[in-house]
Amino acid sequence: MPRRLTRMEVERIAALARLELTPDEAELFTRQLGDVLDYAERLQAVDTSAAPAGWRPGAADSPLRADERRPSLRPDEAVSNAPDPGAGPGGARFFRVPRVIG
Amino acid sequence: MAAAPDVRTAGAIRAAIAAGDLSAVEVCRGCLDRIDGDDGHLNAMTVVLREEALARAAEVDAHRREWHDLPLLGVPITVKDVICTRGQPTTAASRILRGFRPSYDATVVTRLRAAGAVIVGKTNCDEFAMGSSTEHSAYGPTRNPWAPDRTPGGSSGGAAAAVAARFAPVSIASDTGGSVRQPAAFCGVVGLKPTYGRVSRYGLLAFGSSLDQIGPLTLTVADAAAVLAVIAGPDPFDATSAGAPATALADAPCGHARGLRIGVPRRLLEASEAGLDPEVRAAFETALKAIGDAGAEIVDATLPHAAYSVPAYYLVAPAEASSNLARYDGVRYGVRAGTAEEVGDGAAGLARMYERTRHGGFGAEVKRRIMLGTYALSAGYYDAYYRKAQQVRSLIRDDYDRAFADAGIDVVATPTTPTPAFRLGERAEDPLAMYLGDVFTVSANLTGLPAVSLPAGRTAAGLPVGFQLTGRPFDEATLFRVGDVLERAAPWWQEAPPRTGATNPGAGVG
Repeated sequence: MPRRLTRMEVERIAALARLELTPDEAELFTRQLGDVLDYAERLQAVDTSAAPAGWRPGAADSPLRADERRPSLRPDEAVSNAPDPGAGPGGARFFRVPRVIG
Repeated sequence: MAAAPDVRTAGAIRAAIAAGDLSAVEVCRGCLDRIDGDDGHLNAMTVVLREEALARAAEVDAHRREWHDLPLLGVPITVKDVICTRGQPTTAASRILRGFRPSYDATVVTRLRAAGAVIVGKTNCDEFAMGSSTEHSAYGPTRNPWAPDRTPGGSSGGAAAAVAARFAPVSIASDTGGSVRQPAAFCGVVGLKPTYGRVSRYGLLAFGSSLDQIGPLTLTVADAAAVLAVIAGPDPFDATSAGAPATALADAPCGHARGLRIGVPRRLLEASEAGLDPEVRAAFETALKAIGDAGAEIVDATLPHAAYSVPAYYLVAPAEASSNLARYDGVRYGVRAGTAEEVGDGAAGLARMYERTRHGGFGAEVKRRIMLGTYALSAGYYDAYYRKAQQVRSLIRDDYDRAFADAGIDVVATPTTPTPAFRLGERAEDPLAMYLGDVFTVSANLTGLPAVSLPAGRTAAGLPVGFQLTGRPFDEATLFRVGDVLERAAPWWQEAPPRTGATNPGAGVG
């Protein structure tokens, strides 16, 4: 049996996933994710030495379309759902995020 | 005088409207009345598009003569809240997409509209389609129309409840690990997951991109075939949509099953882990016998790796989800938590904005899956979890290929679920118990194969039981042929659940 998932690992994963967790959530997820990962250990019993890792359905049947110019969303449609849009000169709206570069 | 037309199915509604026996507006009003009467109790709908639906129905009536050939003329349908409808709320039952109104229609929605369908609303589901009970929804749980203290299944619980409660004869939903078939089984309706690539995923909010497929929930097999014929086919907006023609889908039924070989994976069914309920087993055997009586040969199917489908699925699906849901970060759509003043400047401030937005926007099950998937893909664990699960996935597909090619099996039959609908709250605290209930459905998503759940009776307590058929790639026609045989032998769809909402408006759970 592999070692059990730790609280510290859960906090590391949350940071990787850009998720803030409350202490209660971290505690709960440590237990619940540990249960699922313990269960998933049974996969190790399967002999996969001859099995490909890259298989997915439909891979052989996905022709690419021609790369051509075609109509797309107008800029005002594209930003219409932005939670905190900015407005530039002439009223053009844009996506806005907290300042990253001084 | 002729009897009033029986207009419960999409096919009958279409025919009655085309013949001028019924108006699309009358049909639409009938659906809206059902929703008004019962949805306060069932909570199957996230939004009802009353004005739009009535306007569209009036348009159908005005064009009845020119449009009389349209395959879904005036047929009311509901659409799962994970599928984009232009200008109408589309939230995936998540707080993080509150207020989101897409700028475009999903390809399936475009095709349904062009076929004459009338969209009456969006249906409730587990958040981002992650769950098997429709309890993980920002709108609160949907109830099972057959038993109000039980779940309708999930994630498409609202879609299944809407068809069972006769809100509309057709629901369109997505199936990533059984999300169409399991609720169809729990609510006693037909639910189809087409072959991966059969239906365009453009406009479906992505969960597991190699697993997701859109399919219909209907009262009858013929309706499922008719809807599939409308939504199937290649789409330049989805590179994985396949060119396979939708050959004679609606003409497949022929009244018998002679010449077909039905495979039953007995070892999988009998494994104690499957936890097969005795009444589900009995209903399964009864349905199997009906298909045998119609001329099919019933044989054992050997699927040695199918027992590993749940652990493989619950690594692959969360891995894909963790990647797909990275886009919900409070920048381009949905809600944002943390103003610039609150989170501060610099890269750390931006990261805090992402983290707070996702903390408040996602529910517990979505967080669990993002965490699980991030872990399975992370350095040091990728080979042991994600890569291993993908390898097992290919072995499961090999099992099915051998069953079809070497053993000459045309379809594999199993129960859709090991148990009938469980109680609201029963599995809420134990995610693993919830996942284990998906033992018979996840293989079709891992392999990309088409599968359908059909009504196969009810338990002594009156709970519906589902019978699942899995077929060869792009051979939905054989699923319809066998399904039609079962439906003729036992037309369970003709019984509707009692209208508990109308008589028991105050009933409450949780």
